[in-house]
Amino acid sequence: MNYEIVVGLEVHCQLNTESKAFCGCSAKFGKSANTNVCPVCLALPGALPVLNARVVEDAVKLGLATGCTIARHSILARKNYFYPDLPKGYQISQYEEPICSEGMLHVETDEGSKDVRLVRIHIEEDAGKSIHDIGDDTYIDVNRCGVPLLEIVSYPDMRTSKEASAYLQKLRQIVKYLGISDGNMEEGSLRCDANVSVRPVGATEYGTRTEIKNMNSFRNVERAIEYEAKRHIEVIEGGGVIVQETRLWDADKLETRSMRGKEHAHDYRYFPDPDLVPVLVDDGMMHRMREELPEFPEDRAARFVSEFGIPAYDAGVLTVERELADYFEATLNVSGDAKASSNWVMGEVMRTLKEKYLDIHEFAISPERLGGLIKLINAGAISNTIAKQVFELMQEDEATPEAIVEREGLAQVSDTGAIEASIKEILDANQKQLEQYRSGKAQLFGFFVGQCMQKMKGKANPKVVNDILKSMLEG
Amino acid sequence: MSVTKENVAYIAELARLKFTDAEQEKMTSELNMILHYIEKLNEVDTEGVEPLSTIHDQINVLRADVEHTPLSNEEALRNAPDKQDRFFKVPKVIG
Repeated sequence: MNYEIVVGLEVHCQLNTESKAFCGCSAKFGKSANTNVCPVCLALPGALPVLNARVVEDAVKLGLATGCTIARHSILARKNYFYPDLPKGYQISQYEEPICSEGMLHVETDEGSKDVRLVRIHIEEDAGKSIHDIGDDTYIDVNRCGVPLLEIVSYPDMRTSKEASAYLQKLRQIVKYLGISDGNMEEGSLRCDANVSVRPVGATEYGTRTEIKNMNSFRNVERAIEYEAKRHIEVIEGGGVIVQETRLWDADKLETRSMRGKEHAHDYRYFPDPDLVPVLVDDGMMHRMREELPEFPEDRAARFVSEFGIPAYDAGVLTVERELADYFEATLNVSGDAKASSNWVMGEVMRTLKEKYLDIHEFAISPERLGGLIKLINAGAISNTIAKQVFELMQEDEATPEAIVEREGLAQVSDTGAIEASIKEILDANQKQLEQYRSGKAQLFGFFVGQCMQKMKGKANPKVVNDILKSMLEG
Repeated sequence: MSVTKENVAYIAELARLKFTDAEQEKMTSELNMILHYIEKLNEVDTEGVEPLSTIHDQINVLRADVEHTPLSNEEALRNAPDKQDRFFKVPKVIG
């Protein structure tokens, strides 16, 4: 029998606020254990939470960006469970009346495009961190406790692991464009749980699902879904039944395994948190948030094509990340040459970032300096080949491209006398090739150009070399 | 509405409380007394009344996103029953 995979994702996105969701503690990642703490996130008696305004704004922005209905009135609820890294004994979340509901995310895969519907987006707080692997006890770090999260829940609309991964990447792109999260999966600022089931192709009822946790990369999300669907099919084909449960993905063994016995019955006994008052999103706030929405990748790519005349493929690559698109536009502003700016950013810049594992904001060459370099090429001051050398040197210091060209003596030689002299030497030294050329082997022209460029260390103006060489070969 | 002894045992487990059999009986009867007392409210006609999520009439009590971390690690750990280095220490959660 042929089976179809059915996947729905629950994504937790950590917001990059300065302070936590309900107290003023720093929300930054990677601080020394138990230093970003206060009476509220330590759950000391009498401490009261107050919601961070930016969390509401970020939730509204993500809701608008995904076509959600924004609830004018929403409330915060307590989700009750016991775990040592949750000092209050409940997580502040939303249950009834989430801030955003019923949205849509458009995703593209090699197999085509797809609209994935969203059930809801709600505000919640993160728990702390438990460290189990030292000694005989568990160690608790409360730093992450109370860090704001948005939970984005999709409908079970995805049918392949690729679609699930494309959905997640799209979501990551949107939160990064909005500037509300760094979207880093390895550091856990984007976390994903997958609900997976299978059913015979053509069936309308869903099969029993399992929930997979602990996938910390796009690749692992794909692998875990594929593994789990295969496991479901094997169980069903073998006459067994799927047990609804939570399973952990093991990225080393490339398998999911049951958390059986490690979780108690889920009964969170949600109720409205009496410490927090309702959140009202009024017209003024909706208007402000709409105004603050950035230009989204598809719109920006379309504008790059129509305004700058670069190919749609290039526009797509340049707009994958907002910072890269900003870098390209800033380069273009200085260079005035869209095609060259796009070629440099997509070529040398992206290659260097990949080789050195850098993010664009860590890159040593500012767009102003790169734009300056392109201007030097277009003005005929240096050749493309020399420009690549200058590009390498520019990564090592802060000097302008002009200063580097000057300092390293890399300026292009257009002096006809010097070029003529060098070509003469080459022709004298390569009599055999010269005869072959003159008896009709025209492709040797390139050989002479190469020899001349080599002799002049790439600094000769190629156009001048071509002209002089042509006339001298004729002679 | 009333609760059974089984309900009480279940709630006790969720709350990580241990009761003897006699205590469970007592809890069941006391909880039922409370529930029956509250049931009096059912006599009120609530047709068309929005559910109340809070007794305050305030809305949007929000604070600006400004960082202020008031406690040091030593202060945070001062009342901890058990600690080590910079951490709270609890019995092993998973083995």
